[in-house]
This record gives sequence, C-alpha cells and structure tokens, in this order.
Amino acid sequence: MSDKETSNTIELLTFQLADQEYSLDIMSVREIRGWTRTTPLPHAPSYMKGVINLRGTVLPVMDLSERLGLKPQKQTERNVIIVVKHEDTMTGLLVDAVSDIIALTSEDLQPPPEMQSADSASVVSALTLIDERMIRVLDLSSIVTSAQSNAA
Amino acid sequence: MSDPNDPMAEIRASFFIECEELLEALQDGLQSLDDGDEDTETINVVFRAVHSIKGGAGAFGLEALVRFAHRFETVLDEVRAGRMTPDADALKIFFQCADHLSDLVRVSRDDGDLPDDKTAELLQHLDDLLGETGAPEEEAEEEIDFQPAVLSLDLDFGDAEDDGDVAELPSLDELPSPLTNTFTIKFRPENDLFDTGNEPFHMLRSLDEMGECKVTCHMDSLPEFADLIPEQSYLYWTVELQSDVDEAEISAAFEFVEGLCTLEISKQASDAVTEYELPDDAATDVDADAGTPEMDQTDAAMPSLPEISEAPAVSEVPDIAESDGSQKEDQVTPTAAEKPASPATPKSPSPAAAAKSVVRVDLDRIERLVNLVGELVINQAMLSQSLESSGLSPHSDAMNGLEEFQRLTRDIQDSVMMIRAQPVKSLFQRMSRIVREASAAVGKDVRLHTEGESTEVDKTVIERLADPLTHMIRNAVDHGLESSADRIAAGKPEEGRVNLTAAHRSGRVVIEVSDDGGGINRPKVLQIAIDKGLIPEDANLSDSEIDNLLFLPGFSTATVVSDLSGRGVGMDVVRTSIQALGGRITITSTPGVGTTFSISLPLTLAVLDGMVVQVADETLVLPLNVVIETLTLTNEDVEMVRPGANVVRVRSGFVPLFDLGQELGYRAPVEDYEGSVVLLIAHEDGSRAALIIDSIQDQRQVVIKGLDDSFYRAPGIAAATILGDGQIALILDTSDIITNAIGAAGSPSAQNLTGLSA
Repeated sequence: MSDKETSNTIELLTFQLADQEYSLDIMSVREIRGWTRTTPLPHAPSYMKGVINLRGTVLPVMDLSERLGLKPQKQTERNVIIVVKHEDTMTGLLVDAVSDIIALTSEDLQPPPEMQSADSASVVSALTLIDERMIRVLDLSSIVTSAQSNAA
Repeated sequence: MSDPNDPMAEIRASFFIECEELLEALQDGLQSLDDGDEDTETINVVFRAVHSIKGGAGAFGLEALVRFAHRFETVLDEVRAGRMTPDADALKIFFQCADHLSDLVRVSRDDGDLPDDKTAELLQHLDDLLGETGAPEEEAEEEIDFQPAVLSLDLDFGDAEDDGDVAELPSLDELPSPLTNTFTIKFRPENDLFDTGNEPFHMLRSLDEMGECKVTCHMDSLPEFADLIPEQSYLYWTVELQSDVDEAEISAAFEFVEGLCTLEISKQASDAVTEYELPDDAATDVDADAGTPEMDQTDAAMPSLPEISEAPAVSEVPDIAESDGSQKEDQVTPTAAEKPASPATPKSPSPAAAAKSVVRVDLDRIERLVNLVGELVINQAMLSQSLESSGLSPHSDAMNGLEEFQRLTRDIQDSVMMIRAQPVKSLFQRMSRIVREASAAVGKDVRLHTEGESTEVDKTVIERLADPLTHMIRNAVDHGLESSADRIAAGKPEEGRVNLTAAHRSGRVVIEVSDDGGGINRPKVLQIAIDKGLIPEDANLSDSEIDNLLFLPGFSTATVVSDLSGRGVGMDVVRTSIQALGGRITITSTPGVGTTFSISLPLTLAVLDGMVVQVADETLVLPLNVVIETLTLTNEDVEMVRPGANVVRVRSGFVPLFDLGQELGYRAPVEDYEGSVVLLIAHEDGSRAALIIDSIQDQRQVVIKGLDDSFYRAPGIAAATILGDGQIALILDTSDIITNAIGAAGSPSAQNLTGLSA
C-alpha cells in the first residue's frame, strides 16, 4: 500500500459504523459536523433521521448504519454527521465516529467478492486492507440515489 | 443590428422593453373597445401604441415590424377618424393583429424567422377592412422610404436641419389620391414641447403622409450665436398641405402636443403661403426661461458642437425627442445625450411631464435582498430568544429596543416583498390571447371576462402560474363550454363566457377560472374513471369526489382528443404545479350552469405567518390563516362516530377530530381527550377539521425554506423553517394531512402501516 509510484492516488475518509470500518472518497465529503438533534420527517423510512439546519439550508440526514442494514446505533453526543455532496444534492450521513484519512492507490483496492445479496450489491464498491483491518469503500451514489428512488 | 457590440444594442434592448409596455397598452385598449368602450381616447391609445412601435422599429430597421405596424396603424387611423366603426369581426382581426405584432416584436428581438404567411394573411384581412371603408390604401413600400430619414436622426438632428430634411419630404410623397383641399398650417413649438420629449419632425412627417405637403421653416427669430439659448425653441413652420383629409385629422397629428405649441390651421382655396407672425406671448416665454440656472449645463455641452454658427439652434433638446417621442424613454435609458436636457423638465409645469418614475432592477439583486432579509428575520428570532432566556426584565431598554427591531424587521420584509409583487395583469393578458386562439381552434364563440387585474402577486408565482392557467383556460374553452348549437338549445347566449378573476382573500390570492358551460358531466366522469380502472366499479362517490377525479393522473374526459386538450396530461399536472407553489385548487360545478376552478395561493413564497405549536416534543408550524379557533377539550366534547373516527362538537356543528401526533407518526393516539389543546382549522373549500396538539408556543413570521423533494417527499409537510434556536421546524400542509388522514381512516390497514414509524 505504500507503493506511491503510480500517480493514481485516492484519499479516503474512514469511519466507524457498528464496530466496522467503512470509508468514502474524500472528494465527496464537504464537511464533518458534530451531532445535532434532527427534526424528524413524518412517515419517513426509518434510516431517514430527519433534517438539520446547515447554516441556513435544510439538510436531510440519514443514519448510515440503518441505511446499510446494520443494526441501528444508539445516538449519542459522540456521533458525527458527514456532509457529502453527490451531484447537486447535499446529504448528511450519521456515523459512529470518524477515524482517519488514508491515501492509497487504485491497486490497493480489491473488488468485493460476488457474495452479497441483491439488495446491497453495489453499496460496497471495493475492499482494502490497512494494518490487517479490512476497510469497506462505499459507493456514495448507490447510497444516496437508491434512497431517492425508494422515497419516490 | 444584431451585432452584440453594436452601440445601439442597449437602446435597442430598451426599445423592446418599451414595446412590451406598448403591447400591453394596446391589448388593454382593444379589450376596452371590445367591452363597448367608445371613448375616442381609447382608440387614440391603441393607435399611439402601434404608432410608437412602428416609430421605434423604423429606427432600428426592423422592416417586417414597420410594414405590419404601418398597415395596422392605417386601419386604426380609419377608426380614429371616425370613418370606420369597428364591429366584432374587425375587433377580432385587431386582436389577432395585436397578437401578431407581439409575435413580430419577439421574433425581431430574438432574430428569429419571420412568420411571413401569417403576416400576409393578416395584412389581407386588414386590407379587406380598409376596402370596406373605401379609404385610400397606401403602399406598404412607402413606409420603407422613410427609414433613411429616421435613421439620420442618429446624427444630431437640430431644428435648423429640420428645415432641410423636411423640405425634401414632399419628393417622397407620391400619393395617388385626389387632392381636394389646401390647408395652411402654422406650427410654432414651445419649449415645453421639447421638454416633454416630443419631436416636430414626426408631426411634419404625419402631415406629409396626408397629402402633398410644402414645409417652410422660419428662422427669423433666431438670435446671434452668442445670445443663443440652446434649450429655447426659436423655429416655427408653415406647412401648406394639399389633401382630401379634413381639418380634424390634421389637428389629430398634433394631438400629442396640444397646449405645447401654437397651432393654426386654415383652409383656403388658393395656394398662397401666408406669412406667420410670432405671437407676443410666445416671445415673453423666451424671456421668462432665459435666466434659469439649468442652462449652464447645456452651455457646457456647446463647445462639443463645432460648426454651429450655421445651425445655432442645434441643442440637446431634440436629442431626447429623437429617441422616439415618448417620455418613457427617459426612464428606460438615461443615455449621456439626454442627461443634460432632463434637468430642464421639472421647471416646466407641463401636465404631460408627470410620468411616474420607475427603476428597472436586475432580478438577481432583489433575490439577494430577499435572501438577506430572510436571514435577518431568523437572526432577529435568535436574538430575541437569547435575550428572553437571559432573564432580562421585559421592561428593560434591551427588550424595548428588541421590540422596535422586530417591528422594523417586519416592515423591511413587507417592503421587500412588495418589490417582488407584480400585478397579474400581464398574465391575464396572455390568457386573453389563449382564449382567442383556443376558441378559434374549436370553433366556439368565447368571450373572456377578467377581473382584479391589479391584484399583486409574487413575481415567481406569476411566472409559474402561466402554464397551469393556460391549461385551465383551454380546458374551459374546449371542455367547459358547450358547442354553439348546444348553448342555443339550452337557452343560453351563443357566445360562451369564461371568467378569470383574481382577488386577495385572507392573506392569500385566489384566482378563479369559471365558465358558463354545461358543468361537469358527472356520470360520464365516473364511467371514464371506472373504465380506466382509476376507481373500483362499485365505488360510491359524492359529487365533489367525482369532480376531484379530474385531478387524477391519466384522466381525460374529452371524447375526441382535440388539438387543444384531452391528451390526459391535464389537471393532475395543473394540480401538481399549483401545489408546488404552496397553493391549492378546488372545483365547484353546477350542471347546466358552469364550472369554477379556484386556485388559492400564498402571497409570497418566502415568508409565512405561522402558529408555532408543540407535538410530541417536536416543534411544528401551521400557516396562521388556516387556524380559525383554538379550543381546550373535555371528554364530553368528543363523540365517536365509529371506532377510530371521532368528531368534536363545536357549538352546534361537528368537526372531524384528528390527532396531529398520530397523523404524523410521532406518537400513539391520545387516549384521554380531557384538557387537550385543539386547533380548529378551515380551508378555502369550506372543509373544517380539529387537530389535537400538545401546546401552542407562539405566533410569528417564519422564513420558508424549501425541503429537498428529490430526496424524500414527506406527506403533509409543505416546507421547513429555522427557529430562533437554530432548530428546524416543519411547516405543515394541513389540507394534505387531513386528506391523508381521511384516506388512512378509510382503510385501517394503511393506518397501521404508516403509524408509529418514528
């Protein structure tokens, strides 16, 4: 993973979700915020935590672990919201904790083995190993867009 | 002319803006003629509008526009002179011409393709009208001949040069019409004439259009150059006109400048030119104005004009006039040339100079202001909340100051919203065109009656209302009104009637489209809905429920799909776009009498007077205008109709009771009603409901923040707002909540699915 000869470097933001490590391309991350109380939307899917005030705009926040089908985490003051931008939509992702920013090359990424159910097939786009820990690289577009089509 | 670097581009742009206003005036005038107004001033307004468009178009070399406007003007002139009385058919053609004129203006502005076929067709109609009255028909080409003369105005077109130009004009004139009378017209413009932006050249030109014309310019009162006052009118003219027109028509050429000049028209048999003596009062005028301080400005401009000795009267004043003789030009583009002259205007107590001043502002700037004011309101709310929580006495200076601040914020907000507000008139005028086109397409005789055109609505609302309204108007003409034969059979006047009204009602704007047609054919609507599988076959629906079937997606009642409507993308799209504006649409229909669609819209899309309430620890905002009463319940007030459906007794009436916390899925339904706070709400359609809430917090203005619908569209939620503590509160759409609640109550299983999800 320290092979820096290839110019194709990717930086990933890693974070904790239900004691597992996930990551997102740092280019899609706009900011990281501390936990604030969300205003729930009526009849929303359970992973939709509601909306928060992001400097005057209304930002929808979803619980990423519930969105991924993991068991819902207890919300505490230590949770953080990662504000991501996909296409022109800003979304807040609620995670347990942000860990690190790692830089690696595309060769370090391995495609996930073909063993997932159809439901979450494309949510994890790649796997990588850091210090013997497996880190899942999430595909943001499938998280955000399929949520949109579900809602519609 | 289409070169973007053209220095004329800016003037050209302002010409088109002005055209919009003129076209509006034209529509207005025609409409009042159509409504039976026979005031000559109305005809004059119509005539002047077309004339001004023609004049401006000539200056920019827009030939097609000039040619069409000219012919239109010729016919209107016949009407103006009283030689022709416009009947219904003529007015119809006039309307079409006005529509076409606005098309031509648009095409000319965008450099699009000219609709030549349509032009030719309408010109033919106009010629037919002219033929009826036997008026002399002018060659369209003749107008083109004038263009070089108009364009030459771009140079400094001074009074002295007038002489030269105008003297050449008779050579252009080759009218075949018999010349019967000889008139001698003495015309002496006063200073006010120039101050108000008029231009003698235009008047002389219109005289020239009437017949053979010999113009003499008198320069004998011109002072030496050293004594010359550039804003002073020194010249006068004698015109000898041979024409078959009557005296009234000649004086009509000067109607714009009535009272601003000395005019004498005399009819004579001989060709002798009478010398014209200066009236004494005009001479005193000259002295009176001589000492005014404004002269300095124009004096300063003098050195820039070198060979002035030959034409000493060259001054800034004709510059304003050359733009096209309209005072509006002053507001549109204060070009450098005009500025020295404009200070002179206030000193003349001319009645015509009282144009109201208008500033054109880029919409983006207003948007920014609106956003800033929105932030200000939120900030003010935060400030008052933090001051209150700091435990200050309510009588302290800080709290008093805050109150003042609150009032100011509100005033600022209202003023800013007023900037964005526009009368719905432009929208209604567009609709009158839709009615004309739609009625022609389906062969029905329809008259549009509009009311409340001056009602002001937010600009965005107007823009986004155009499409749905067009749809509804077309529907009214196509489906709403019966065919002429059916109407006569039903004992109604043959001419169908579509009403379009706008009014402010309890903080909202209500726009209604109604027709006097056959009303909604309910058995047919029901049958179609069943055939299309939109409702079950055994459904038992009330009349208003059947009417509302029209709003279902994919519904279309037209047996024959016409060009106009009936493609099944109708009313559901209309409803969606109205709802997107925070509005609601309702139908009322009486068989044989007609159908009314009523749209109720918020005045602004940015701010809302809201009632802040607490439900299950959530703060929610309801639009204040739907809340008519607040009650505290006792168990005796609540009556059960059937399990899960309760009503509350309010005085002698029963109102359905809903638990807001349950409807939003925030908590389980309230078991004990004793002491619950209830909001009684009423909607435009007359429906009422009672909503159980936990407590009322406040009444205040909230800034509407849109929710990102693409992500998740929450039912019953219209928008969101930011409270003083920075938290987001949802703004409820009460009518949506109640519709959902009624729907859910009808099928208990759905209720179980939606309830308690949070």
